[in-house]
Amino acid sequence: MNDMSALHAVSATPATHAGLDLARIRAEFPILRQRIHGKPLVYLDNAASVQKPKAVIDAISACYSGYYANIHRGVHLLSERSTLAYEGAREKVRAFLNAASTQEIIFTRNATESINLVASSFGGSVVKAGDEIVITGMEHHSNIVPWQMLCQRTGATLKVVPFTDAGELILEEYERFLSSGRVKIVAVVHLSNALGTLNPVKAMIDSAHARGIPVLVDGAQSVPHLTVDVRELDCDFYAFSAHKIYGPSGVGVLYGKQALLEAMPPYQGGGDMISLVTFEKTEYADLPNKFEAGTPSIADVIGLGAALDWLNAIGLNAVAAHEHELLEYATAQLQDIPGLRIIGTARDKAALASFTLQGVHPHDIGTILDRDGVAIRAGHHCAQPVMQHYGVPATARASFAVYNTRDEVDALVKALYKVKELFA
Amino acid sequence: MSDMRDLYQEVILDHNKRPRNFRIIAEPTHTANGLNPLCGDRVSVFLDIQEGVIRDIAFQGAGCAISSASASLMTEALKGKKVDDVGPLFDAFHTVVTSDSECPHGLGKLSVLAGVRDYPSRVKCATLAWHAVRAALEEHQQPVATE
Ligand SMILES: Cc1ncc(COP(=O)(O)O)c(C=O)c1O
Repeated sequence: MNDMSALHAVSATPATHAGLDLARIRAEFPILRQRIHGKPLVYLDNAASVQKPKAVIDAISACYSGYYANIHRGVHLLSERSTLAYEGAREKVRAFLNAASTQEIIFTRNATESINLVASSFGGSVVKAGDEIVITGMEHHSNIVPWQMLCQRTGATLKVVPFTDAGELILEEYERFLSSGRVKIVAVVHLSNALGTLNPVKAMIDSAHARGIPVLVDGAQSVPHLTVDVRELDCDFYAFSAHKIYGPSGVGVLYGKQALLEAMPPYQGGGDMISLVTFEKTEYADLPNKFEAGTPSIADVIGLGAALDWLNAIGLNAVAAHEHELLEYATAQLQDIPGLRIIGTARDKAALASFTLQGVHPHDIGTILDRDGVAIRAGHHCAQPVMQHYGVPATARASFAVYNTRDEVDALVKALYKVKELFA
Repeated sequence: MSDMRDLYQEVILDHNKRPRNFRIIAEPTHTANGLNPLCGDRVSVFLDIQEGVIRDIAFQGAGCAISSASASLMTEALKGKKVDDVGPLFDAFHTVVTSDSECPHGLGKLSVLAGVRDYPSRVKCATLAWHAVRAALEEHQQPVATE
């Protein structure tokens, strides 16, 4: 079905206002060259997972074909080289987030595991019956369920900050929740994957800190689109996945303030996370190893490092400017389609547009668009409470990455008119 | 666009827009809910069965065109049928929407859904209502899921 040899003509794509050479950027993504059902691939499902540049694919391949071995345990050269590259990637993540120390950067499997680590280790030791945990109504299931499980285990209560029809958090309610005196942690999404809302996390963190409450930020969607400085935000934990930021699947990151991480018990037990084991007692390793039990996804962590280098070379500001321009262009065109309703119209928005089309279920939209080579997401986006808020079973979602073009937005819009024609 | 019509045939678009037997049966002898957790499609089916015959059948729910039309077509196909005929008919229908083999005979209008076979991710949409009917007949208490 996929004609890998047919090159998608992009040479005509002009440089963007943000100054990006899109043709060159696109040429770095081998997967974008293919056709889908005979049409050029228009990949607009970047919020689910983004495609990988050659620099990342090559870095992983170079590890496996050149210097792969297990880390932190061999005296031989390959192990030393792998360890160096793996720890080098940790330094790259530290610099990317502007964390104070590499001890604050924990590698996990994905954002979901990063959040579970905090809910289980920090939550498990701090949260007691009668306490409260504050999240928001626009969280991804991965920032809901771990806290629900913690509540079930401890007898704590989940408080959910509501949002307006535009998709903006009602901060008065947030303040009200914080003032109960029982809140032990706040967990909030930075950029909503279902609505595109950019939440005012800095102000929310300041409010929580004024009451001594720590805050976890779910940055799964935000890191590929905006500069995150964990020290400026002053967040206590920040979680994201490599696969949404041009890196491989299978790797996640948890940033945590050193003092908090030091006080927390380990999340999983095993090799690499200990300094001394006897059958009577085990002494845990220092940070960050205490939270990295077992052999990690070594080559993929190195791939994440390569992805950050690649993104830094383009510059997140230029990426953000380009994606903002695309979103505005797309929003204007989508709004013109009769019967199309954009779900999520917050003033601060980034990178994606969620929508419904009157009389057509999002799944049918997704199937029909796919036949035109346009890949979007149709469904509840792992945010069923958001769907319930708007009274829709699902939405269609187009989400952007640095390599998307205005032509691709045009292809999306054209295909949507075909959907309307078919269902007329 | 022409190949899109293979999937979204006129009959399907029509049943999606004007689903037949789209109502509640007040006192069903059998009922069950179906849920496709992947996409959130839900369907409730209601049956009135007397002496082994489906006297009345109806459904409610929200879903994509494929699942709505399939539920609607199913109610038409099953009304008046013997309960014992449901299993073989479901099997034949399942074959039509999943395999490349020739359409089994005796499916009537249900065969308009044959186009689904080219869209593996949509098979669950086409079979959701059928799973619910089977659950109703087996008198499941829990909603059935396609997963
Ligand atoms: C806002 C948000 N949080 C968390 C996640 C979970 O990411 P992962 O599945 O990589 O753990 C996602 C992924 O879709 C997301 O969009």
